[in-house]
Amino acid sequence: MAIEVTGLTRRFGDVAAVNGLSFSVARGEIFGLLGPNGAGKTTTIQLLLGLTTPTAGDIRVLGLPLATHRREILQRCNFSSAYVSLPSNLTVRENLEVFARLYAVPDRARRIAEVLELFEIADTVKRLTGALSSGQATRLNLCKAFLNDPEVLFLDEPTASLDPDIAEKVRLTLSRIQRERSVTMLYTSHNMREVEILCDRVLFLSRGRAVRQGTPAEVLADSRAESLEQLFIAIARDGEVRDVRGEEASE
Amino acid sequence: MIGRITAMLLRYLYLYRRSAARVMGVVFWPVMDLLVWGFVTSYLEKAAVPPPVLFLLGAVIFWDVFYSSAQAITLSITEDIWGRNILNVFVSPIRVSELMVATSALGCLRALTSAALLSVLAALFYGFRIASLGLALAPFLASLLLFGWAVGMMTTALILRYGQAAEALIWGVPFLIQPLSAAFYPVAVLPAWLRPVALAIPATHVFEGMREVLAGGAFPAGRLAAAFALNAVYIAAAAAFFGWMLGRVREKGYLARLGLE
Repeated sequence: MAIEVTGLTRRFGDVAAVNGLSFSVARGEIFGLLGPNGAGKTTTIQLLLGLTTPTAGDIRVLGLPLATHRREILQRCNFSSAYVSLPSNLTVRENLEVFARLYAVPDRARRIAEVLELFEIADTVKRLTGALSSGQATRLNLCKAFLNDPEVLFLDEPTASLDPDIAEKVRLTLSRIQRERSVTMLYTSHNMREVEILCDRVLFLSRGRAVRQGTPAEVLADSRAESLEQLFIAIARDGEVRDVRGEEASE
Repeated sequence: MIGRITAMLLRYLYLYRRSAARVMGVVFWPVMDLLVWGFVTSYLEKAAVPPPVLFLLGAVIFWDVFYSSAQAITLSITEDIWGRNILNVFVSPIRVSELMVATSALGCLRALTSAALLSVLAALFYGFRIASLGLALAPFLASLLLFGWAVGMMTTALILRYGQAAEALIWGVPFLIQPLSAAFYPVAVLPAWLRPVALAIPATHVFEGMREVLAGGAFPAGRLAAAFALNAVYIAAAAAFFGWMLGRVREKGYLARLGLE
């Protein structure tokens, strides 16, 4: 397993942001962590990256306990978020050079050229990061995330700021990389169409608890929803899953 | 380990290469300070104040070494918080100790560059030669750098915990220390009840020692021993405080919020 989470709980005072969460992600799988704002997705990613310590529960990444092997795990993982930026006053090349050194990437110049080609922003290499369009900046974040050829990738709404054309290109690139290199991806997104296309399995969170888990088809069958979007809305409004079609019929 | 330290040092040096504000911090403000105190010194000499008043210029140069050393640490981390890059750094395999070494090395480079420039200008414009401090010069500078690292580490710990609310400390803390460290006057000028506080600060012994040497005194071994002993205590306390605070910040979930406030 790439990620194993057992009984994970994170309390902030009286509020449980994550409450007894258990799930596992197989190697090479794209796993969607879904739910409305405040459901606990970002807190879960922060816990998986060791940015926040859990109140209870156990996290293992690549077979290693996070509590005792955090650095070793981080060396083999990477992260990209729509809400985190690379320094705007460094050029694209300088930013990637810094992170390539941080992750001890061999043959840095070649690898930097490769990831820039991969996300089709090779022409921006000498430009200041702050001068990039939001689409280019997002793709640069992804370049940084792929620099160390990670075994596990944490992607927090990676396509949030992209126009549909670029978002589609990014999805295709992620899909291709996952097929070719078997990278495990833990993915959060509010775009349910994207999730249906990309994710092998999904987990819906509501108020810190897992309310549905399985392949998109299984989750839809269980809840009798017609689409993940419909299920998402039902969870966001009710906080739990009922028979979505039955509920609509009774209305 | 060296690779990760170099990476972060490079990240900060790239910034200095094209940030006018950062270069001003190394060149413009210290030079302005030197000019003001240089003219004050010239005035005092003409007004027949008993010599030596040249120590004021030494104090300006030494103060800048401490200030630059502390500020390089706090500003570097804060820069990554402002730029929303801090999470990228904290989810990379870098150790916090490696990050501190990188920022301390930057502080050292920044402080020594600034000190070299000020020393040349002080010699050219006011005839003050920092080399007249002789063998004591290097340990004086080392002691100020160490104290700057300790102050920088403590301030950074507070910024990680309290975020933007604590950013004023970057500029505030050194100036809280300045009147107590007797940079521009002897400790004897302070009220008697404040002197023990002043003597508990490593920089005070450096400034006192500098004045003694410039007045023709011998190598201030006692002063330097006191300064280094105090620095050892401050560095150990700052590292322990930083480690404890970082643990608290992780426990409370504040680290993940940095830069997103």
